[in-house]
Amino acid sequence: MTDKSMNSVDKARRNLLKGGAAAAVVTLAPGVTLQTVQAAVTGPATSAKRWGMLVDANAPEGVWDLAVEACKAEQGWGKTENVNQATDPQWIRKVSIKDPKTGAKATLPVMCQHCAKPPCVDVCPTGASMKRADGIVLVDKHICIGCRFCMMACPYSCRSFVHEDVRGQKPHMPRGKGTVEACTMCVHRVDKGQKPACVDAVNAAGSNAIIFGDLNDPNSDIARAVSKFVTQRIRSDLGVEPGIHYRGI
Amino acid sequence: MAADTTVYKEIEGKGGDYFSLIGWLGVMILAALYAVYNMEHHGHVVTGMTNAVVWGTPHVLAIFLIVAASGALNVASISSVFGRTHYKPLSRISALTAVALLAGGLMVLVLDLGRPDRLIVAMTYYNFKSIFAWNIILYNGFFVIVLAYLWMMMERRMNPHSKKIGMMAFLWRLILTTGTGSIFGFLVARPGYDAAIMAPLFIAMSFAFGLAFFIIMISVSYKASDRPLGDFILFKMRNLLGVFIAAVLYFTAVQHLTNLYAAEHAGIEAFILWDGGIYTFLFWVVQIGLGSLIPLAILFNPASGRSCQGIMTAAGLVIIGGIAQLYVIIIGGQAFPLQLFPGMEVSSSFFDGAVHSYAPSHWEVMLGLGGIAAAILIIVIAVKYLPLLPTSLSDAKIDPHHKVK
Ligand code: SF4
Repeated sequence: MTDKSMNSVDKARRNLLKGGAAAAVVTLAPGVTLQTVQAAVTGPATSAKRWGMLVDANAPEGVWDLAVEACKAEQGWGKTENVNQATDPQWIRKVSIKDPKTGAKATLPVMCQHCAKPPCVDVCPTGASMKRADGIVLVDKHICIGCRFCMMACPYSCRSFVHEDVRGQKPHMPRGKGTVEACTMCVHRVDKGQKPACVDAVNAAGSNAIIFGDLNDPNSDIARAVSKFVTQRIRSDLGVEPGIHYRGI
Repeated sequence: MAADTTVYKEIEGKGGDYFSLIGWLGVMILAALYAVYNMEHHGHVVTGMTNAVVWGTPHVLAIFLIVAASGALNVASISSVFGRTHYKPLSRISALTAVALLAGGLMVLVLDLGRPDRLIVAMTYYNFKSIFAWNIILYNGFFVIVLAYLWMMMERRMNPHSKKIGMMAFLWRLILTTGTGSIFGFLVARPGYDAAIMAPLFIAMSFAFGLAFFIIMISVSYKASDRPLGDFILFKMRNLLGVFIAAVLYFTAVQHLTNLYAAEHAGIEAFILWDGGIYTFLFWVVQIGLGSLIPLAILFNPASGRSCQGIMTAAGLVIIGGIAQLYVIIIGGQAFPLQLFPGMEVSSSFFDGAVHSYAPSHWEVMLGLGGIAAAILIIVIAVKYLPLLPTSLSDAKIDPHHKVK
């Protein structure tokens, strides 16, 4: 690939990160791709929107496995042939909690919480960690130097460092050994007006355990739900204002 | 102030010892580069790090060197800023040591990045909200200021200005160490770190570690080059080291006592002080015992405190204790699980709620030691080609009126 075409690929990817456009990809030869830029269906990312999710921790545990598997399939992580499974990235995970005093238990998915005041963005030396105007927190893998400061700063252990060669990359989700990654709230789908893969998977199983939508739009399902039920955000005491709300914890 | 009559001269640097030292240092640096090649080729999967313990042994040794660097500049600062003329002859080598230690530390830090090839990105994209980005500027500035300071001390015409820039270097190093300490202080979610005490603690640590390294380096190079090193200057540095060790102990005590007072930090405190296994051992036995109390006993014992061997042993122990201290802070602080759901029992495939295990791989150790070797190599070569070391540090030379008691 020439420098020039490389540059245009970079540009397309960066536009995607900024939410200004969606990229279409044509594979010319194995490993060589051509990307074209289209305007995002939903228009550029704007602070008029605040994407978020509401997770119901009382939902039957099985739906979280569906969500995790859907994320793996969509984003291309979690390959079982990796050398060390223990250092594998996990963009979303199923966490079990138990109150030792009452014995009450719950399971819930934990992924990037897409904070309004993300510590990972504050500490990143290069600005690779960033928050789009619509609240989605992303890593620009082209300027991430792999210092892992953002992982130190994340209160939720939601970032992963790519410890070994990546296999089975998805065209819409460039990944790279030596850089940091996390849940993107399926920004490539959201920009096309779709829901994140985990939400679709849960819905497809007939469950409403995750509601996705624009918290700023009073008519959206999620805004109505958070105004009706008491919801919680993990470690709200830290004041980072996550975009992921939970019920039943 | 009397005119400076100190004669500075390059060391001979011809003997077999000199070249074998260079050879060994070279081998250590090559080993570090080989380790980096492996870490980059296979990925960090070959290291001991995980997604929970993301900063490992290279960070411990790199931060040790960076912290010690600013401390090594102290000897020069004491003479130029605080007017203690007996330290003046050591100012040049103090500045050079500071630069060398910083270079070694940064080498390790940069080579441990996931993408060291993107160093240019780190230099061109700045997020000014990031304390890390500020540190990059502080480190670069430190090089510029200290090298200018060194030059002004060595160039007779510039001598009159050296005091001013010496002052600047002193202030810069205080800011730099504060910046390094703040890397941890800003991590609000980590109970082991988010304390304002981190900045003064790191400054005290830098004084102690930098001086300990400096004492060993001066003693060894004067012995090896057959130049006289009098007790007066050695005992001055001994006393200072004692004060610095005590200061680190004091700030360490404050750090843990204030943390114990805050209920939300009870977990991490119990972990470090009581049941953290290797971290508890490193804290009490290596950092406090071997690295602080024993050196204090050696330094202020009437017999061992008056022998060069005794003082060097104490300084060596301070270095070992310092590395242990940083290991406990950096790795212990990450091994203790983040509290996503305080008060709950938590488990997951991502090791939530569990103490994270970390064991350094040989690659990481090789990389870290390579940084130390690089720092020493810079010093060893510089003293051969530049007039940095005074020909004599005998008592008569340093302070003719002084009688060592
Ligand atoms: S690892 Fe990458 S995204 Fe994270 S702080 Fe460093 S440069 Fe930024």
